[in-house]
Amino acid sequence: MAYGPHTTEDRARMLKAIGVDSVDDLFADIPPSLRSTGLNLPPPESEVELSARLRTLADRNRVDLVSFLGAGAYRHFTPAVVDQLLLRGEFYTAYTPYQPEISQGTLQTIYEYQSMMAELTGLDVVSASHYDGASATAEGALMSCRASRRDRVLISRSVHPHYRQTLCTYFAGASLVADEIPLVADGPAAGTTDLVALERMLADADRPVAGVVVANPSFLGLLEPMAEVGRLAHAAGALFVSVVEPVSLAVLAPPREYDADIAAGDGQPLGLPLSYGGPYLGILACREALVRQIPGRLVGMTADVDGRRAFVMTLRAREQDIRREKASSNICTNQALCALAAAMYLAAIGPHGLRDVAALGAARAAELEAALAAVGVRRLHPGPYLNEFAVRVPGAARVHARLVEWGILAGLPLARVLPDDPSLADALLVCATEVTTPEDIAAFAAALDEELAGAAR
Amino acid sequence: MTAAGDRLEPTLFERSRPGRGGGKIPHPPKDALARIPFGQRRREGPRLPELSEPELTRHYVNLSKLNYAVDTGFYPLGSCTMKYNPKIDEWAARLNGFAALHPFAPDDVAQGTLQLLWELEEALAEIGGMKAVTLQPAAGAQGELTGILMVRAYHRGRGDTDRSEVLVPDSAHGTNPATASMAGFRTVEIPSASDGGVDIEAFRAALGPRTAAVMITNPSTVGLFESRLCELLDAVHEAGALAYMDGANLNAVMGRFKPGEAGFDVMHINVHKTFGTPHGGGGPGAGPVGVGEELVPFLPWPRVLREADGSFRTERLGERPQSIGRMRAFAGNTGVLVRAYAYIRAHGADGLGEVSDDAVLAANYLKSRLSGVLDIPFDRHCMHEFVASGATLKAETGVKTLDVAKRLIDYGFHPPTIYFPHTVDEALLIEPTETESLETMDAFVDALRCIVAEAHDDPELLHSAPHGSPVRRLDETTAARQPNLRWKAMTGSQTPCPD
Repeated sequence: MAYGPHTTEDRARMLKAIGVDSVDDLFADIPPSLRSTGLNLPPPESEVELSARLRTLADRNRVDLVSFLGAGAYRHFTPAVVDQLLLRGEFYTAYTPYQPEISQGTLQTIYEYQSMMAELTGLDVVSASHYDGASATAEGALMSCRASRRDRVLISRSVHPHYRQTLCTYFAGASLVADEIPLVADGPAAGTTDLVALERMLADADRPVAGVVVANPSFLGLLEPMAEVGRLAHAAGALFVSVVEPVSLAVLAPPREYDADIAAGDGQPLGLPLSYGGPYLGILACREALVRQIPGRLVGMTADVDGRRAFVMTLRAREQDIRREKASSNICTNQALCALAAAMYLAAIGPHGLRDVAALGAARAAELEAALAAVGVRRLHPGPYLNEFAVRVPGAARVHARLVEWGILAGLPLARVLPDDPSLADALLVCATEVTTPEDIAAFAAALDEELAGAAR
Repeated sequence: MTAAGDRLEPTLFERSRPGRGGGKIPHPPKDALARIPFGQRRREGPRLPELSEPELTRHYVNLSKLNYAVDTGFYPLGSCTMKYNPKIDEWAARLNGFAALHPFAPDDVAQGTLQLLWELEEALAEIGGMKAVTLQPAAGAQGELTGILMVRAYHRGRGDTDRSEVLVPDSAHGTNPATASMAGFRTVEIPSASDGGVDIEAFRAALGPRTAAVMITNPSTVGLFESRLCELLDAVHEAGALAYMDGANLNAVMGRFKPGEAGFDVMHINVHKTFGTPHGGGGPGAGPVGVGEELVPFLPWPRVLREADGSFRTERLGERPQSIGRMRAFAGNTGVLVRAYAYIRAHGADGLGEVSDDAVLAANYLKSRLSGVLDIPFDRHCMHEFVASGATLKAETGVKTLDVAKRLIDYGFHPPTIYFPHTVDEALLIEPTETESLETMDAFVDALRCIVAEAHDDPELLHSAPHGSPVRRLDETTAARQPNLRWKAMTGSQTPCPD
């Protein structure tokens, strides 16, 4: 067997100790009518064959393209030290730290993660991690329902469509209502959350609102009027759930400053590989007053019987293994190793490094905006953005496909994920980060120029 | 409390010195943020730690040494399947073609990953005897929620809206009842039979027109195969309900029992248990869900499909209108699924069968060796794990299972799962897995023998164990009463940026 230690003699010794002739005897409890006759799967592969197969599959993905894709998953540089340390088997082959005496490594790293995320968001309580940004957002919205004992949440269309779809799935199960707040159609605030509509929706006395969910930056890359959203939500007795991107928090106002009660987001930009969607890192944070509503594990500082500082999972009465059907969520396994990676990333680049990542992305994005404008491709919305924005390109889907042949991944054709919004029919969502180079930008603009000229001819 | 000598390793924040670190990220132009409106900007930079790379490295290496892990020793944690995590799987997930692929990469540039996911779905469907599999759920508990939401959609799709209850045996994982609640169902807990199995008569009595589903862990959480499974599944289906299998214990039965063929309608699989992906100190996992024919329309959206020409694509929005929708963003924990795929290909059909056979053989060996050392409540062949009990020991010496577990740490072993399932007094749920050698298991038995002797001779030694671990027993009461969940005295970063 590939990884097992047992020799034929070992197996014979075990059978003898048990007192049976054959391993088949141990499966006698399986009713004969339910027994299957083996697996119809390929034969085992040696490591030589397997590594070649995996390399071939990996090479079939085109990761050589110059990419301007963001839309909820971002390309960033990860210092080499992060992955080298992550490969410590003591971290990645450990289980959940239920035995704190021999899990202080994992426990302290989670505490440090919670502390750094609390600092970034300005909120005091951060869960040890959730699955991803989408499920963290859904859990944040569920928290607002539990805390307010109301059953309706308003979620802005500025929130990532996958997050909204996930929230709808979770809400359908719990028989809760999620209504969408529209975006402003035109004018200087085009593409951002419609505050007038929000105020109207909050004013419906028959349908009180538990929480208002808005993302900053929005899915379309725009900066949202978070302070106003917070004021409106609180005036109606609702909680304010802010969906954040952690790198941006180095330079943008954190949730505490605009009075958010809960923050959710994805920690993938903190040095986690793209890996076609996961494993990422669900960030979930809240004010201290909501600590008993937050789902998932929490690590706290305490001392051992000798007075030595130590860390332990705490406030566990919220969790499924203790509270069963009355738990705040069914979450058990989380994304601990991803939280560790994010913490290592933050510690490796430090506060200035994080600010530089955010600011350099913003600078590259501004260069991208200028380069695209120079070939006649302009932004769809006038408002401020950080490092991601939508542009109008006639025949966006076709142009996007053509540009792959130029070696360029021209962002995301928005109609692919938001087909119900006609204003986005010809839009590409593009993004730049610190790894985007001036050469990448020039190549993108030149290729786009050629394609559009070709289409015009 | 934080005086030198009273801590194992300083926190990042204690190690931090303003001005350290740097050299990783180029400086942006000074005006990079000029176009961000003042009111939207962060006024004070986050006070994150500042460390040099050598300090950072020592911090994490030192912390790692405070952990117990599969890579350092025996981890017989019942119900968690702490088997060895193959190193090639780590290598595979890090291949640039997999790791650098953006989740919105168009299908035609993502064919390698799509093929891998499709093949993995097929393999898991074969192992589970299921019609189709979704790989989207991020962990077993999310897989459970996915499965029970599909059950809900199935009944509603038939206009059957009265089914508001999910039946769960009292020996189930806590995630089962918690999942039922999240999906809007009422949990009805069914007591176990005296032989540790499900009580068929109690189930029959509870089944009815209000039953949406029955959630069964098989093999059960006491490590036994439900020998009256046929009767149970028949009764469930006669009542118009669906049968959910918690696949946490699939490691026992690969190649010998296929839940879908046996009549289960839906099942989640924990790839971090059965398929050797690492537990990561609590995650990430992945919780694929297999379903029978009748639930295929309700699978989460989007699925990976194979076209007639052999290429692969993801489902388009709205292509399968009865889908329960998304459980999360993007395709799933793909990096974890790459590892599971590698594990399955390395073993193949014969190897996976051997995994289960060896896991069951090892558990029965360990059980037979421990008989006479601890109580063995269910005296029959077990599957991949078994329950022992410290009830007699406690009665004779006052030493609790918790004490035994903590003392095992001093002998260099990770304790088994304790006090689960709740149906067995002073329970120790022991799962050796197929990757532990006889020498290791024998040493574990010797340790437990010594501990039982100590319990009679010097019980105080056990009440206060562990003695040799990095820290001793913790004050969990204060941790919960006065929660300290973050480092409050953050320093650093208040020096101006170098630019």
